[in-house]
Amino acid sequence: MAFSIKVNGRARSVDVEPDMPLLWVLRDELDLKGPKFGCGAGFCGACTVHMDGEPIRSCVTPVSAVGTAAITTVEGIGDDPVGRRVQQAWLALDVAQCGYCQGGQILAATALLKATPKPTDADIDAAMRGNLCRCATYVRIRAAIKAAADLPTTDTRVA
Amino acid sequence: MSLEPSRRAFLKASAAGGGMLLMFGIGEAAAQAPPALNAYVQIAPDGLVTIMAKNPEIGQGVKTALPMLIAEELDVDWKDVRTEQAISDPAAFGRQFAGGSTATPMNYEPLRRVGAAARQMLIAAAANQWGVPAAECSTMSGVIEHKASGRRLRYGQIAAKAAALPAPDPDSLTLKDASAFRIIGKPQMGVDAPKIVTGQPLFGIDVTRPGMLYAVFEKCPVFGGTVSGANLDDVRSQPAVKGAFIVKGVDGAPSLSEGVAIVADSWWRANQARRRLKVDWDEGPTVGDSSDSFAVQARTLFGQPPQLSIRTEGDVDAAFASAARVIEADYAYPFVAHASLEPQNCTAEVRGGKVEIWAPTQNPETGRPQVAKALGVDPSDITIHLVRCGGGFGRRLQVDYMVEAALIAKLAGAPVKLVWNRTDDLTHDFYRPGGFHRFKAGLAADGKLVAFSDHFVSFGHGERYVGSGNMDATEFPASFVDNLSYGASLIPTGVPTGPLRAPRSNALAFAFQSFLDEAAHAAGQDPLAFQLALLTREGARPPGPKGGFSAERMKGVLQHVAEMTAWGKGPPLPAGRGRGLACYFSHLGYFAEVVEASVASDGQVGVHKIWIAADVGRQIINPSGAETQAQGAAIDGVSVALGQAITIVKGRVAQTNFGDYPLLSIDRAPDVDVSFLITDHAPTGLGEPALPLAAPALCNAIFAACGKRVRSLPIDPSLLKST
Repeated sequence: MAFSIKVNGRARSVDVEPDMPLLWVLRDELDLKGPKFGCGAGFCGACTVHMDGEPIRSCVTPVSAVGTAAITTVEGIGDDPVGRRVQQAWLALDVAQCGYCQGGQILAATALLKATPKPTDADIDAAMRGNLCRCATYVRIRAAIKAAADLPTTDTRVA
Repeated sequence: MSLEPSRRAFLKASAAGGGMLLMFGIGEAAAQAPPALNAYVQIAPDGLVTIMAKNPEIGQGVKTALPMLIAEELDVDWKDVRTEQAISDPAAFGRQFAGGSTATPMNYEPLRRVGAAARQMLIAAAANQWGVPAAECSTMSGVIEHKASGRRLRYGQIAAKAAALPAPDPDSLTLKDASAFRIIGKPQMGVDAPKIVTGQPLFGIDVTRPGMLYAVFEKCPVFGGTVSGANLDDVRSQPAVKGAFIVKGVDGAPSLSEGVAIVADSWWRANQARRRLKVDWDEGPTVGDSSDSFAVQARTLFGQPPQLSIRTEGDVDAAFASAARVIEADYAYPFVAHASLEPQNCTAEVRGGKVEIWAPTQNPETGRPQVAKALGVDPSDITIHLVRCGGGFGRRLQVDYMVEAALIAKLAGAPVKLVWNRTDDLTHDFYRPGGFHRFKAGLAADGKLVAFSDHFVSFGHGERYVGSGNMDATEFPASFVDNLSYGASLIPTGVPTGPLRAPRSNALAFAFQSFLDEAAHAAGQDPLAFQLALLTREGARPPGPKGGFSAERMKGVLQHVAEMTAWGKGPPLPAGRGRGLACYFSHLGYFAEVVEASVASDGQVGVHKIWIAADVGRQIINPSGAETQAQGAAIDGVSVALGQAITIVKGRVAQTNFGDYPLLSIDRAPDVDVSFLITDHAPTGLGEPALPLAAPALCNAIFAACGKRVRSLPIDPSLLKST
């Protein structure tokens, strides 16, 4: 079945089953490898993308549920000034170890900061508890979110 | 123990691209023939330096830390360095693996000598051109300067001439004094971090090849089970399915389990097609295995003398008989899985007798002979690309996914990316083995530990322990107690086991450091004072072939963590909150940790803070990577202790996903302070040694908080409720 979905600001056409999860449409049909497969059941958050700015689990979101909503992946989050600040804070604090979960972490953190520009620890706990990091980089994730909240907005994208 | 002197670099320079290519190999210093020289440092005419990173990157930061060693002695700016991942080629690089926290001790000096050699050649070339003595030239930030004449050359300008010079004997070179370091010892961001934060393809699961198909592989839920038959025609009738095959076992490829492969034009469709799959399994002889029966067998074995002796010192029976006080306790811990967030996967292509593999692996060369056997090709016809791993933790020391992907690619006649789903990953691991300990400690009237025994019930067959299921005779407090006996009994099992981050230590530390805390309390002593006194035993001998254990270094980190936490000095903690202490030596590193935890009236445990004091020698290579490794390892230990258990029921694993195998989330993760004690010893690794002691420090904190002793993992809140 043909779908037209908006991904990172571009209209993309795919011909897939309506129940194919958005994660696999992004990864295997559109070759966007940023969203990651971790559990396939919404437990880990490695597949997090934004749907109209809200973080969702793309591994349990059928492509047919996307409709006209704008999808943003970690490849596109640098187009957003808050997303850029989060990416820069992630680099400044050298957050990643293996790095597999960090795309999802960055999208969750960006959504948090857009809704709550100066988050408390409790805000961070609530917004980020669904994004698991097996390397347990949580000390730096927390610090990076706070750092991103204080960073000036920049036009420079992470290459 | 120093691993430095036995290994050295072998060098050869050549011209390349208008610059210099310094090829090198790391080999045994005593080797008859030098290794192939395929690793390299390249200096381009524009001054850009490219350094090959030889070891697999699993998140431990080795792709950053090892090139830092070369760049430091080369005397260039880190911003001018690029790293490139090597393929798997042990003839060139020596062993390329990620395990045992060995990369630092094995490479710290040889790789610095590679950088120093390149620098010396660049200086020599510049001095020749200027007609001045090399000794009058200095370097800084990739520039050679002759101060007396004010002349300067950038490395890129002279690199082609340097390439024509003979490479020096690396052992003849003088290395920088640590006080002159500008890269080593300074926090450096992971080299792949910009790609990670922008979502660029980096990991094994991101590999794509032209014409590639996607595979899933269903194995028998019972370990070691075999395939009798499957409804392959029915599976093949699904439109997206490009192939379905029974994969049988192969002699010479012990990592391969039998199963059924389904290949489709997308991974999701391949995985969906499994719903239609019906396999007749021969479940084999271990279908009766269960965690419950293991516990029953352990109790039975505790009632009998140990089957195997591990260590005996003094007269332990007499010492218990004459001790002022004797305490006994049983400890247990379950099987646990690695659960790397990137599921096991591998991409393979078989074309004209040549095999190409893209493997997120910690241990590529174990796979090569097995793939060769399984495919009937020569090992030299296999190229193995090392791809970044989304976590390793020891799981990717196994090579099952490599053999599976290669065989399925051959059967499919197309490049194939095999990806396991999370249930595959949790139910077909090589688990950290569970274990049981019956401890006994004898205390003198003054509280001194005078007798100690452990009956360790582990898993194995006959006298042979399962992988990572054994215990060394050196396990602390061996050699620090006059009368001591360690023995073991083994329960047979079909559950596959293997190394998990800080293998053996990750389980033994919980049992031993918890029971020593019990002994301290029974002795009426502060746990810190008790451990320090134990380590001060006169006449303690080095504990065996692993050797090198220094009681002084362990006392140093204990005292350091006591200072960090004002141990025993601060104001009392609120009711229901407590601090626990543990120390442990593993992977050549000395660690002491204090955990602050609270126990709510419903038994729920909060972990608030961890302080880590570490001694890994005289130099921290990358302070940023070092700190995060220690923090992550300690939280990993807490995560396992709080909730992770693999339960065996009817020969198979009961857990299927992160719902029943929970990883710690950020809202439950403690803050972690790390402090490195710098001592004049060879630098050692950091991927593992902060992990083992986190669980006992936590459990000792729980005891301090609520007076209840955790003797079985994972921690069961129902046993910690206030009554």
